[in-house]
Amino acid sequence: MHQAALLGGMIHDASHYGWKVAQPLHDWGKMAEAVQNHVKSLNWGHRVQLQDRKVKYFNFKASFVNPHMVCGVSKGGEETLLSADHIVIATGGRPRYPTHIEDALEYGITSDDIFWLKESPGKTLVVGASYVALECAGFLTGLGLDTTVMIRSVPLRAFDQQMASLVTEHMAVHGTRILRGCTPLRVEKLSDGRLQVTWVDLASDKKDTGTFDTVLWAIGRVPETRGLNLEKAGVRTNPNTQKILVDAQEATSVPHIYAIGDVAEGRPELTPTAIMAGRLLAQRLCSRSSDLMDYDNVPTTVFTPLEYGCVGLSEEEAVARHGEERVEVYHAYYKPLEFVVPERDASQCYIKMVCLREPPQLVLGLHFLGPNAGEVTQGFALGIKCGASYQHVMRTVGIHPTCAEEVAKLRISKRSGLDPTVTGC
Amino acid sequence: MHQAALLGQALTDSRKFGWECSQQVKHNWETMTEAIQKHVGSLNRSYQRALREKAVAYVNSYGEFVEHHKIKATNGKGQETYYTAAKFVIATGERPRYLGIQGDKEYCITSDDLFSLPYCPGATLVVGGSSVALECAGFLAGLGLEVTVMVSSQLLQGFDQEMAEKVASSMQQLGVRFLRKFVPVEVQQLEKGSPGKLKVVAKSTEGTEMIEGLYNTVLLAIGRDSCTKKIGLEKIGVKVNEKTGKIPVNDVEQSSVPYVYAVGDVVEGQPELMPVAVQAGRLLARRLFGGRLEKCDYINAPTVVFTPLEYGCCGYAEEKAVEVYRKENLEVYHTLFWPLEWTVACRDSNTCYAKIIYSKFDNDRVIGFHVLGPKAGEITQGFAAAMKCGLTKQLLDDTIGIHPTCAQVFTTLEITKSSGLDATQKGC
Repeated sequence: MHQAALLGGMIHDASHYGWKVAQPLHDWGKMAEAVQNHVKSLNWGHRVQLQDRKVKYFNFKASFVNPHMVCGVSKGGEETLLSADHIVIATGGRPRYPTHIEDALEYGITSDDIFWLKESPGKTLVVGASYVALECAGFLTGLGLDTTVMIRSVPLRAFDQQMASLVTEHMAVHGTRILRGCTPLRVEKLSDGRLQVTWVDLASDKKDTGTFDTVLWAIGRVPETRGLNLEKAGVRTNPNTQKILVDAQEATSVPHIYAIGDVAEGRPELTPTAIMAGRLLAQRLCSRSSDLMDYDNVPTTVFTPLEYGCVGLSEEEAVARHGEERVEVYHAYYKPLEFVVPERDASQCYIKMVCLREPPQLVLGLHFLGPNAGEVTQGFALGIKCGASYQHVMRTVGIHPTCAEEVAKLRISKRSGLDPTVTGC
Repeated sequence: MHQAALLGQALTDSRKFGWECSQQVKHNWETMTEAIQKHVGSLNRSYQRALREKAVAYVNSYGEFVEHHKIKATNGKGQETYYTAAKFVIATGERPRYLGIQGDKEYCITSDDLFSLPYCPGATLVVGGSSVALECAGFLAGLGLEVTVMVSSQLLQGFDQEMAEKVASSMQQLGVRFLRKFVPVEVQQLEKGSPGKLKVVAKSTEGTEMIEGLYNTVLLAIGRDSCTKKIGLEKIGVKVNEKTGKIPVNDVEQSSVPYVYAVGDVVEGQPELMPVAVQAGRLLARRLFGGRLEKCDYINAPTVVFTPLEYGCCGYAEEKAVEVYRKENLEVYHTLFWPLEWTVACRDSNTCYAKIIYSKFDNDRVIGFHVLGPKAGEITQGFAAAMKCGLTKQLLDDTIGIHPTCAQVFTTLEITKSSGLDATQKGC
C-alpha cells in the first residue's frame, strides 16, 4: 500500500516530465484485492515449500501440556497431542488495544485489519507513534484519504530522534494532520455509523473531539504468549513485556525449547532477523554449524512517505556510550535528482553518519532519509559489518546520479557549524 | 529522460495498484526537454556562482599551449589572450565520435544533441553498444518511440557479458529491436523535417549482407574521443597515447610534464565516470595546495548503466575474474529475484538478477558485484563501500537484510553457479 501511495506521487511527477495525465482517483477495492491476492500467494508458496520438504503442517492452536508435549486444537475442536525432542516457539505478536477505552476492540481496527478491508477506510484517525502508525498514516494520506495521527509523546521512540522528527515533519508538510501530545479518552459510534473520538491535550489538559470513518490503533504489539500455557513447560517470560527469555542460542529457560522472532525478549521485531535466527537455529540443531546469530548493527527501514533507513547507533546512543567529545557526526541536506523537475520539496532529505572522532573514525551509525532508503542502506550496513570507517566511505567513488552517493560525499560535520546543504551536481 | 521513461512505466503499474489512470497516456517531448534544460541551466549557473564566490576567474575561451607554462585563449569573437601559470590541469573530457561515413555529420545526432533536441526524435536508430547507446535507446523506447539498436560487435564492451545480455534481453521485452553485427555505411536524407526521414544502409560485419532501414532520427553512440588533439600538448611535450588520444598519468595525476596534470575522461586507464573525475580533481587540489597526501583510489569504482532495468556493478566482470584468478579459485553465487513492487504490478518474476563473485583466496573476499534491477545505483553504492572494507562471503551471510528491498537478496544468496541448481526466487 506504501507502493500504491508512492505511485500516486509518481503520477503527479510524470506530468512535469511531459506525460499528459490528470491526477486520477484511487480505487481502494482494486488495490486491496491485489494486495490480498499477493499475500495469499505467499502463504500458498510457503505451504508448498513445507510440503516439498516433507514438513507436516498442522493448522491447530497449540499450547503446552508439559515440557515435551504440545496439545493442538483444530478449528473443529479436536485435540491432538504432539511430542518432540526440540520445540521452537515463533508465535510472534499481535497489535495491542488500548485497555482504558471502552469498545476499543469493537470500534477500532489495527494494522492486522487494514490490509484486508474491502472498502476504503475513509477519513482515518491513526493512534500511535510507532513505525506501524506512521507508515499506515503515510500511505493513507498518499492514497488521498483525510488522515490524522495522534501521538502521545514522541514519534519512533527507539529511533534517532532528529530523524524521527524529520520523518513526521515531512508527513505534516504533505497533508497528514499530526496531533502531538494528545491521547484518546473515548470512542463513540454516531447514528450515521461514523466514530466520534474525544481526546485530551496532555500539556493544556484541554479536551477536543473529532469525527472519523475509521480509527486505527497502532500503539504497540503484545507477544502471543498468553494462550501457550508456558508455565506447564517451565518456560520463563519477562513479567513486564510477556516476552520469552532466551539466550544467545535462542534457547529458553528449558534447554530443548527455543523461541525466535517477535516473541523472544530483547530481539529486534523484524522479519529478516527472525528468518535468519530460525535458519541458524535449524543448522545448529542439525549439527551443521555452530554459528550464532549476531544481533548487532541490524539495519532497518521505516517505510513512511519519505523513507528512513538506518543501521547502527542513533546519535543520542553514540553520545551516551562514548561521550560527545569522542563522537563526530557528518551530515548533509541533499536534493534527489528526481525531485528537481517535478519541483518536489526536498527539505527533509537528510543523511547523517555518526562516527568515532578518533581516526580512522569508525562508523557507529548511518541514518538516511530519502527515496529508496532501504536499497541505499543495505550495502552500507554491510560496510558497517566490515568495520567501515569514515575514511573507507570517503574513498569510495560515488555513483552518479543517485541519492546514495551523497553518503560517500559527506564532508560537513555538525561540530563545524557549517551549512550542510549540498550544492552543485 | 531515463526518469521520464521510468515514470511512464510507473503510470502503467499504478493501474494495478488501484489508480484510475487512462489507458493511453501520451508523452510531450517539448515539455520534458524544457524542464531538463532548465535544470542544466541552473546547474551551470550554480557552478559559475561557486567559482565567483571562491574568486576563481572564469575565462570562456578555447585554450591551447603555445610554449612551456603559457597558453593562448581564443574567445568566441576570435580575440586572443595569453595566460601563464605554474601548474596546469587538463580536464577537457571527450566528445562523441562520428562514424566517418557519408551523411554522418550532416544528418545524424549524438547524445550531446539529444537532451536539447527541440522536437521529438520519432522512430530512432541508435548506433552503438555502449552504455550511452543503451541508455538512450532505453528511455526513448520508454517514452513510447520505436527504437532500433545497431551494434557492430559486443554490447557494453568491458562489462560482464552475461549481465550485458540480460540488459539487452530486458530492453527487448520493452520492444527495442536489436540489429547485431551490422555497421552503417551510408546515411541519406529522404525528407527534411523536425524530425525528417532518413535512410540508413548498413553492412554485416561478418559477411556481405546489406540491409536498409528508414528512421526519423539516427543517434550515433559509438564511443567518445578525447579532446587532446588541438590544445598544443605536443608543443610542450606532454605524452599522449596516439591510438586513444588519452593522456597517461602517474598515481598523482601528473602527466609526462611535471607541472601539467590531467583528470577525468582524458586520462588513460581510468573509468570514464563523473564521480571519478570529481574525486580525482578534489584530491589533486588538496595535494597541490592543501598539504594533503591522499591519492585517488580507483580500485573498485562502482558504476551503473541506467537502462530501463538498471545494471549496477562493482569490481570484476565474471570473465575478467576467471582470467585473473582462474575458475577453480572462484565461486559465483547468483539468484533471480522479483521486486515486491513488481508482484502486484504483474511484471515478470524472472528478470531481475543478482550475482556475487568470491575469490577463494583471502577468506572468500567479494571481488565482483552485479545487480540487474530497479534502483541499481542506490543498491550498488553501499556495496561498493563494503567492498572497500574487504567484504567477504561470511560477512555478507552474517548481515541481516532489510525487508522488503531488492538489495536484501544479496544477504541470502545460497545457490552457486557450480551447483547447477535453479536460481529462481520463491517465497517472501
